[in-house]
Amino acid sequence: MTELGIVKLHEMLINKEITSEDLIKESLIKSHKLKEKCNAFVTIMDDAKSTPVTDNLLSGIPYGIKDNYSTKDILSTASSNTLKDYVPFFDATAVANLKAAGAVPVNKTAMDEFGMGGTGTTAHTGIIRNPWDIQRSCAGSSSGSAAAVAAGVYPYALGSDTGDSIRKPAAFCGIVGFKPTYGMISRYGLFAFASSLDTCGVLTRSVEDAAIVVDAMKGLDKNDATSWDSSNMHLYESLNGDVSGKKLFYIKEIVDIENYPHATDELKQHLENFHKSLDILSSLGVEITAVSIDKELLKVIPSVYVCLSCAEATSNLSNMTGIIFGPRGKGDNVFAMMKDHRTKGFSPLIKRRFVIGSYILQKENQERYFVGAQKARRLIVDKMKELFNTYDALILPVSTGPAPYLDNSKDELNSDDTALLEEHLQIGNFGGFPSITIPNGIINNLPVGINITGNVYDDINVLNIAYALEAKMNYKDMVVKDE
Amino acid sequence: MNKQKVVIGLEMHCEMTSNSKVFSSARNSYNELANDNVAPLDMAFPGTLPTLNKECVRKAILISLALKCQVPKYFYFDRKNYYYPDLPKGYQITQMHDPIGVNGYVIIDTNGYEKKVLIHDIHLEEDSASLDHYSDASLIDYNRCGVPLLELVTEPCLNSADEAVAFLEEMRRIYQYLDVSEADTKKGQIRCDVNVSIMDEDSHTLGTKVEIKNVNSFANVREAINYEIKRQMELKENGRYNEVEQETRRFDEESGTTIRMRGKVDAIDYKYFVEPNLPKYKITDEYLNSIKKDIPLLPRDRKLKYINDYNLTNQEASLIIKDKEYADYFEECINTGIDVKSAYNWLIGNITFYLKDNDITLKEFFIIPTYLKQIIDAINNNTISSKQAKEIFNESLSTNKEPKFFISNNTQVSNKDELETIIDNILSNNPKQIEDYKNGKTNLFDYFVGQVMKETKGKANPVMTKEILKDKLDC
Repeated sequence: MTELGIVKLHEMLINKEITSEDLIKESLIKSHKLKEKCNAFVTIMDDAKSTPVTDNLLSGIPYGIKDNYSTKDILSTASSNTLKDYVPFFDATAVANLKAAGAVPVNKTAMDEFGMGGTGTTAHTGIIRNPWDIQRSCAGSSSGSAAAVAAGVYPYALGSDTGDSIRKPAAFCGIVGFKPTYGMISRYGLFAFASSLDTCGVLTRSVEDAAIVVDAMKGLDKNDATSWDSSNMHLYESLNGDVSGKKLFYIKEIVDIENYPHATDELKQHLENFHKSLDILSSLGVEITAVSIDKELLKVIPSVYVCLSCAEATSNLSNMTGIIFGPRGKGDNVFAMMKDHRTKGFSPLIKRRFVIGSYILQKENQERYFVGAQKARRLIVDKMKELFNTYDALILPVSTGPAPYLDNSKDELNSDDTALLEEHLQIGNFGGFPSITIPNGIINNLPVGINITGNVYDDINVLNIAYALEAKMNYKDMVVKDE
Repeated sequence: MNKQKVVIGLEMHCEMTSNSKVFSSARNSYNELANDNVAPLDMAFPGTLPTLNKECVRKAILISLALKCQVPKYFYFDRKNYYYPDLPKGYQITQMHDPIGVNGYVIIDTNGYEKKVLIHDIHLEEDSASLDHYSDASLIDYNRCGVPLLELVTEPCLNSADEAVAFLEEMRRIYQYLDVSEADTKKGQIRCDVNVSIMDEDSHTLGTKVEIKNVNSFANVREAINYEIKRQMELKENGRYNEVEQETRRFDEESGTTIRMRGKVDAIDYKYFVEPNLPKYKITDEYLNSIKKDIPLLPRDRKLKYINDYNLTNQEASLIIKDKEYADYFEECINTGIDVKSAYNWLIGNITFYLKDNDITLKEFFIIPTYLKQIIDAINNNTISSKQAKEIFNESLSTNKEPKFFISNNTQVSNKDELETIIDNILSNNPKQIEDYKNGKTNLFDYFVGQVMKETKGKANPVMTKEILKDKLDC
């Protein structure tokens, strides 16, 4: 049953065809199976209790929480050794909101350590595998959440997105990943990676479910000064599939096959498939335009992201000292103890980010790197906002095709000639734009995704376009079938 | 050696009063119980975020305006990154790029002359936790962590320890007058960093600056400066000025000396950047004007008013303005109609003695100016003597009843006819005692006085009573 959508499950619960207990039990059984298969969880809450079924669509239904959300009395590690035994005493606001809706968390999903990776290979509990093919990556950092939703453990799992951490795993796992406008969902209780980019969001198997869950998660929060009041926005109610007359654009430089002289067959198919999706939208009355953007501006996106995210991360994770929480380090003075805690606790990838971040923030480098990156971010965002004056949304393919093999995925912040195709989702974080990925094809028996990004506060519009496109394709509610 | 000039700059940290801390909901209050005023953010638990206490912003702008500083168009914060066990987040939220006030000044009176002290900037930040070091361990108290702190930086424009201390005292008063801080050094609410250098008086080149960190009383500021001047002077006199290094030192209270902590090369790079969790917000002219209206007359202006309008001497006026509660009490006295001289004398005399004896403040003092007026009016009407006034003052305080109740009871019966009638009555009721008195028991005289007092509830004029009694008994 847990492979069904929220509305259907709610209907069955209301009609007493199933119970909340049944769903939770099934979800827990599937959790254990998927843990075996894909290593998708840090914690499975075997003692999860059912909740009364109410008018709320989410009541009584199980879901998963990425392990970088603070959950009261439940281990929250962010998949890091520095927090391997950390049990918080408060719930993240988004989790508290879902609790109030009657939703039942059944597991904490594994992730790239502190959200700082895109492969699912850096969790302290080991590599997270793609349920479509365990030899392949889920991407990251919301890897466990994506794997679990794709495997039908429950209808939805929480994710967080700093560069593409919801939207890329969603593409590789054949599901929907939605990152709403920055500040729509409170970040209180989300373990910080890069505060100006971090966004809470959700992974589901349909656009409808994404709208329902974000409706429940969002809201002005006195504990997050960057949150805003969206009480007049009803995402689920606003889904009507009417997109006739909408104007979309894609960035020519990113999609043009001519720019990829070494394109693989997968990439060629992926781009062809992208155009097929555009054709569907055209048939719905959507006007689509290829827009050219200065390649110099596009080229800097990955480095701007690295500069800003590493700089903020260096500072944000300075609270990890092992003094107040986390395993106490050894040493004959407090600085030696902090150093020992951090040396042993963090994986090499994270340390590398800290070194980069520190270097960028150093007095003598700040102007060149940090301030430079901030300026570039502003230019990119201004360009996008200018385009959003004319167009309703940006549409682009996600990544270069389906999930890569784990053997080949080295998360080392490297870039190559397809970097732009891999990294363009970061634009969504630069501007705090609402951005959604939905599955739009199957290549070599593996799913691929397409992304729609709109202007800030235009979440309803973005969801609606995705909703209309989804309805004309066959990838809604897709679940990996166990052989 | 040429005549030397001393150049001093101060950094004054002052804890602000507020209900809650500057970025968390924990209480901001002096608390003996360690780790009691603590919210999750104060210990930097993962996922916690700062939120801004608007009251602190208002107070920061208030002080900035009172110091004639320029206030920026936007209010925002920066992170100052460094590792230290008293700083759980690993960074302090402060203002580096756009402090809440720049380029201000304050005028101080010192040793008979006035001086304009230039303010480089004043900014709002959070305090760190406090550490207690023991031989085998250190304890951390997070009560202080996140307490709003104002850091004020002067230009290097002070030229003696006296000037530095006079400035700090004036600033303390200003904080208190604006109700921005209790500014109590005993509670550790004020801490200073002092920059000291010496230079040839006729030179235009500043000498090598030495910073003395974390000096926590004004007496220590004076001592630290004087020690440092002496140290630098001696080195210069002996031709060893090159040994004066740009460095950070600390003041050692026990020896009264300064001790080296670190040199310039070890200076920390704080990697400042804009705090992303607190959005910039615009300081509108409307908001500024609403705050401007709240600036009261500052201590020095009040002093001038007392001298010019009330004819107090400089010394008298200085005594009154030393403490805002005093100045407020004094002005309230004048407003209720008490004359300046009486208000001054009572405040500096009886009231001050009483406060000291009972270790209370004017806020806790029962006799408010309107009550005091009851006593002073009674003196002026000759209803009571000044000796009685003192008694009424004490009686009022010991019973917590308005002085007027004791004044009406105290109104003496001084009418001779009335007294004679009362005394005649008493005598006719005590024939036995009269006989005994006449037979030599002269101490019974006091018995008769007592009876009169009893009859009049103590209001009989004692001198007249005795005269009449003597007349009647000895005839």
